[in-house]
Amino acid sequence: MKLVELKKGIYWVGAVDWNIRDFHGYSTWEGTTYNSYLMVGDKITLFDGVKNEYTDTLIARISEIIDPSKIDYLVVNHVEPDHSGAIPQLVEIIKPEKIFCSDMGQKALAGHYHYSEWPYQVVKSGEEVMLGNRKVIFQEARMLHWPDSMLAYLPDEKLLISNDAFGEHLATVERFDDEVDNSRLMGQAAKYYANILWPYSPLVQKIIKTVVDLKWDFDMIAPDHGVIWRKNPGQIISAYAKWSDCQAGNRVLVVYESMWKSTEKMAAQITHGLADAGLDVRQYRLELNHRSDIIADFLEARGLVLGSPTLNNQFMPQMADFLSYLRGLKPGKKIGAAFGSYGWSGEAVRQMNECLENMNFQLADQGLRHQWVPTREVLRSCYELGGRVAQEVKNYRFE
Amino acid sequence: MKKYVCNLCGYVYDPADGDKESGIAPGTPFEDIPAGWTCPLCGASKDDFSAE
Ligand SMILES: [Fe+2]
Ligand SMILES: [Fe+2]
Ligand SMILES: [Zn+2]
Repeated sequence: MKLVELKKGIYWVGAVDWNIRDFHGYSTWEGTTYNSYLMVGDKITLFDGVKNEYTDTLIARISEIIDPSKIDYLVVNHVEPDHSGAIPQLVEIIKPEKIFCSDMGQKALAGHYHYSEWPYQVVKSGEEVMLGNRKVIFQEARMLHWPDSMLAYLPDEKLLISNDAFGEHLATVERFDDEVDNSRLMGQAAKYYANILWPYSPLVQKIIKTVVDLKWDFDMIAPDHGVIWRKNPGQIISAYAKWSDCQAGNRVLVVYESMWKSTEKMAAQITHGLADAGLDVRQYRLELNHRSDIIADFLEARGLVLGSPTLNNQFMPQMADFLSYLRGLKPGKKIGAAFGSYGWSGEAVRQMNECLENMNFQLADQGLRHQWVPTREVLRSCYELGGRVAQEVKNYRFE
Repeated sequence: MKKYVCNLCGYVYDPADGDKESGIAPGTPFEDIPAGWTCPLCGASKDDFSAE
């Protein structure tokens, strides 16, 4: 395989995982990569590892450049096992002089692998360290997206090794942003943000500000998943600035589940009503779509219309799954409404309204519920509900 | 006494429980915790907490 040298003496030595489809509940239908970076100088440093089962791939890749046992330093920017899984075996082979990590990183490494005698070198936020003749500045990025997360900035190389931030789950043979179709790339980057970083948006804003204040000057971002941003690193930074600021367009999702198609008929009319009012509307039946894909699409949407029949006094379990997942992601500045058909008790609409309010959604309507199969008049009111939600979305003003 | 939530990770400081690991005795109000104390879950500093 051709060597991938991103900066002088800095190589990509990671692994491409074409086969992963489920990443703790996130549907990775385009696979992913675990990126690891080898820096050769007076001292040899490896930035981040790979998932455990790709340790051999990583070692083989390093061996094409140097004898892995010559590595002096390991940098662990993030302890989640998709990056640190290889670390125990690497420590055995390399016998590193130092393992650089954050304070929380040391605790997490000890908690995962139970080696207290490893040569941990805890670095503080903003600490400048010489790795042989090459300078690196570490910056903590707590809860982006774990307590241990760090960024490594190499000022002389104008390179930012960003760990999970700015990455995407996308398996490709290409290693750089300019080699991959941009809309495919940004679609996966948005999905990554929505599913992993969304709840920490205020911290994303903070870290972007920190990086600007520190006047870090880089022309390349090397994340630990997906491609390296060499042509347009500004693109992903501005996207993060936008997403973390809850900026959204005139998009509304109609997300529903149905038992005997009554709620589905209502969904269809609400979708029509929204579309005729000129909105970008997308309809998702929960059973047929993965929660992580719906969430990806919701990131830049303003409105969410939820539909569910009432099953044994509750909304459908698929809706419970979706709402529990959504709640954890703490979406901000959204508008919501609910609807559904029911047989006798009909609690679902009220329950969905409560969930929306608990997530600080602005309710666009008190909601619409109908007993048994919708009549033409009811379908007409569904269409009108779509129109009312559309109006609220259009009138929404960023405060 | 008020409970305080970590804005970063969601940890709740309950004065009734204190924080044993850092030597904060049960019954210590949040205000009386030393400034250098950090969130036992994520390491956030004291000013990253808000009243529940
Ligand atoms: Fe992670
Ligand atoms: Fe990761
Ligand atoms: Zn915390």
